[in-house]
Amino acid sequence: MPPPLQAHRLLISHRRLPTPARRRFTAVSSLQSAPATTLAPGPATSSILSIRESLLSGERTAADITSEYLSRLRRTEPSVRSFIHVADAAAEREAEELDRRIASGEKDAVGPLAGVLVGVKDNLCTKNMPSTGGSRILDGYRPAYDATAVRRLREAGAIVVGKTNLDEFGMGSTTEGSAFQVTTNPWDDSRVPGGSSGGSASAVSARQCVVSLGSDTGGSVRQPASFCGVVGLKPTYGRVSRFGLMAYASSLDVVGCFGSSVFDTATILSVVAGHDKMDSTSSSQDVPDYTSKLVSLDLLESKPLNGLRIGIIQETLGEGVDTGVVSSIKGAASHLEQLGSVVDEVSLPSFSLGLPAYYILASSEASSNLSRYDGIRYGRQVSANDLNEIYGESRASGLGHEVKMRILMGTYALSAGYYDAYYKRAQQVRTLVKESFKNALEKYDILISPAAPSAAYKIGEKINDPLAMYAGDIMTVNVNLAGLPALVVPCGFVEGGPVGLPVGLQMIGSPFSEGSLLRVGHIFEQTLQNFSFVPPLLAER
Amino acid sequence: MALTLLRGMRTPVSLRSNTGLFFNVLRPRLSHFTTRAESAQATEPKAVPKSIQLATKEAAEQNTQGFEAIIGIETHVQLSTVTKAFCSCPYDYGSQPNSTVCPTCMGHPGTLPVLNERVVECAVKLGLALNCEISMTSKFDRKQYFYPDLPKGYQISQFDIPIAKKGYVDLDLPVEFGGGHRKFGITRVHMEEDAGKLLHSESGSYSQVDLNRAGVPLLEIVSEPDMRTGIEAAEYGAELQRIVRYLGVSNGNMQEGSLRCDVNVSVRPVGQSEFGTKVEIKNMNSFSEINRAIDYEISRQIMLHKEGQADQIVQETRLWDESSQKTFTMRKKEGLVNYRYFPEPDLPEVVLTTDYIDEISKSMPELPEAKRRRYENMGLSMQDVLFLANDDNVAHFFDSTLEYGADAKLACNWIMSDIAAYLKNEKLSIHETKLTPLELSELIASIKNGTISGKIGKEILFELIAKGGTVKGVIEEKDLVQIADPAAIEAMVDKVIADNPKQLEEYRAGKTKLQGFFAGQVMKASKGKANPVLLNKILGEKLNAK
Repeated sequence: MPPPLQAHRLLISHRRLPTPARRRFTAVSSLQSAPATTLAPGPATSSILSIRESLLSGERTAADITSEYLSRLRRTEPSVRSFIHVADAAAEREAEELDRRIASGEKDAVGPLAGVLVGVKDNLCTKNMPSTGGSRILDGYRPAYDATAVRRLREAGAIVVGKTNLDEFGMGSTTEGSAFQVTTNPWDDSRVPGGSSGGSASAVSARQCVVSLGSDTGGSVRQPASFCGVVGLKPTYGRVSRFGLMAYASSLDVVGCFGSSVFDTATILSVVAGHDKMDSTSSSQDVPDYTSKLVSLDLLESKPLNGLRIGIIQETLGEGVDTGVVSSIKGAASHLEQLGSVVDEVSLPSFSLGLPAYYILASSEASSNLSRYDGIRYGRQVSANDLNEIYGESRASGLGHEVKMRILMGTYALSAGYYDAYYKRAQQVRTLVKESFKNALEKYDILISPAAPSAAYKIGEKINDPLAMYAGDIMTVNVNLAGLPALVVPCGFVEGGPVGLPVGLQMIGSPFSEGSLLRVGHIFEQTLQNFSFVPPLLAER
Repeated sequence: MALTLLRGMRTPVSLRSNTGLFFNVLRPRLSHFTTRAESAQATEPKAVPKSIQLATKEAAEQNTQGFEAIIGIETHVQLSTVTKAFCSCPYDYGSQPNSTVCPTCMGHPGTLPVLNERVVECAVKLGLALNCEISMTSKFDRKQYFYPDLPKGYQISQFDIPIAKKGYVDLDLPVEFGGGHRKFGITRVHMEEDAGKLLHSESGSYSQVDLNRAGVPLLEIVSEPDMRTGIEAAEYGAELQRIVRYLGVSNGNMQEGSLRCDVNVSVRPVGQSEFGTKVEIKNMNSFSEINRAIDYEISRQIMLHKEGQADQIVQETRLWDESSQKTFTMRKKEGLVNYRYFPEPDLPEVVLTTDYIDEISKSMPELPEAKRRRYENMGLSMQDVLFLANDDNVAHFFDSTLEYGADAKLACNWIMSDIAAYLKNEKLSIHETKLTPLELSELIASIKNGTISGKIGKEILFELIAKGGTVKGVIEEKDLVQIADPAAIEAMVDKVIADNPKQLEEYRAGKTKLQGFFAGQVMKASKGKANPVLLNKILGEKLNAK
């Protein structure tokens, strides 16, 4: 087993980058040379651009590309188990249809995401496709409509390849909480992919699809992105419509994106973001083209991050955080410094208060949001002799252990007599957390921290220790409480598994600063040398 | 999609009878009551049967001796917006079960509420009409409980910050009940959504859910405990009905459940400051039933007090049973119900601007109380005032008639007598007839200036109201102009006298009653058009001439 890799030791300045790497990026973005394969080593490249270029040049058909992904999916799925439902036949049909339209010269045939296979977390509604939220209680449920984010992807030409596994209704950090199957980490099949969007992260990591949608209530996009070595973005609350996302905690939930590169992540954010009249909490703030500010490697200045003020959150590097993780993050910080930014330590005094406040608020809202799963109108209904029995039995057999526990906690916290001590107090803490972020983000453009206190752990390791699992959310929940955007990019490895386990760097920005996070993330990713975040699973053939 | 809702839901017979939640809301209505706004057609002032008046007075005088009743009312008004409160489904009372539903109002996963702005507008209108303080910032909350007609497992409502609060309503009690002005406090008005309906199989072995009504906007109006008798409570309800109809925010129809009153009644010895134990009464489908249910409940509670069994008055919900004219226990309340209210995270706060409120207050129509005071100042009797102001269509018709120059008392008389009788027979509302205020004013003028007699006027009225047209047109078409030419009348008199020598002889022999016979014959000859005064004058002269 190789020793943990130290990012700073391996860092090569962008100015001294080997030319082939530069050329590769240029070639892709200018759509001239042969498309990079989706498994290219070295700095992450945009699979979306590569697909687009292949289709436009006629070099490959959508059917070819789809079949490449599907065959990889079929090969890896038995060990990874990312998908609850694979719509392979539909995907093939859609790809052929796209090829027909391209062949007949239809002008708009090649939309921005034409031929791009996306995985969709199963708590996002997809028309005529099962949507279970990872719960027995919705086994067999097929929504009548597409979630807004899914609809927008489809309208841009994307092909939904299937529904990815998750902790039931998004409640969990390992994807072991799914009622249907356990997903494994493509870097080590004895480990969890993280959660709750574990299936979406592992699917992108194993290149079973190009990009995927997840949801992030307390870290459910960022932590699995870190565990699986992919890029994960949790947008600002309200940036992406929640319509069609099965609500867990409405005031914290956001639809997020996964990609194998920052460019791909930015591309799908540009498509799914924006106001939706079906979601009153969605923002009407303009949506820029998030890819337009991403500068190709060969055009970067010598110190592209000059003037950028970065705060590294002190509280996230202390006790309880893996030393390997800490050194990866410190390595990433010095990489950012070498790129021209100024990195200082910053203290967020209310940081440790976030976790308990989060679990009270999220559970409270969950206890309410999950009331609709009552067995009356859809989903699992148990035959019973009276009304209370229908409710009791349908929910007892339809909902899993973790979900029931959170419903109970939330019901308790909202009950008359306890409301002030729990829910109201947690709201006050939330205000403090917001303020403390606001103050820090006045001094710094970006705050950085790990996305999780450790790399991926073993399946079953924390399944009977919910408190240990909850503690793993310490790095991420505060960001949801404050409603801020955060980007996770792979930044290094720690020891573990056959080839080491990836670690992600979390970058937190002010509301609606996704553009600058993606720009910095892109520079970081393009200049981070000698790390390949393609899991060993894919080299096994 | 709708089919998925019709899945059988089995509830045992025992549950149904125990909770008694399954009452029939479509009972036939008793119509012998005068609280008027109730029916759009009830435009005739009805005399209250003596028995009810007496019963009410007796209740007031005998049974309440030494005791005082405290009554508060919670009223739910269903708004007649085009679409539901939080989705774009329409709502039409009586449509096929589950035909006006969508994923949102069925509580499907992933759906979100989007507030219908018209609901806020209606709430502000009603808040202003009830003299409330309007909250510039209010919010929605979730009220949580499980029931099959509640698709999300919570109702979107307003808890601690209602959109309007601290108002009052003015009203005048019917003359038959002794009359008198009253002012009752309004605690709050808040916005919320309605639930669906359960349909129970005849065998009682299963129930079905109809979600057409789920998500329909409601305004809940909570009164202060300011009422003391059944008639006061019934009149309060009727005044709310008038107001929502005047504002056009609801049809206020009790039979369709568009206006529902839940009444809280308690009784205490006169002089005691703390309230007695309150009992909630439901299932009254008319104001008359509200009146009788409350008076029954008051007597029941006083009786228990007098018999020393006041401890048997417990906090409970009772149902009014119209057939036995009694209230029965529906469910006892075990302690405080825990609805686990918390702020609705899917909806932003409702923030109003003063411009918005000013705009709405400028658009407010004249309300019943203002109308009543105005009519009173015209010198109309309270009986007339209450009748006219009861129905905004009638009031509008009356006001328009006056604008064309008609005399208030005369216009009022026409409306209250012949027109009201016609409307009642034909079951029409005044604006649904062919009669226009302009023609009523013409009719009144034509009688006043002698063009036609009052009798002909009635004929013309029925012609106009049924077929339309103008007073002038009908007069010309039917040649109905009154004959006021003395020579023409004299000629007709002469002919009648000449044709009836026998009767003339008898008259002159002293049987002067026969003048009526002659007058009738002349009137017949003139086809009713002869001016009766002139006719009698000339006839008298001729008969008595030697």
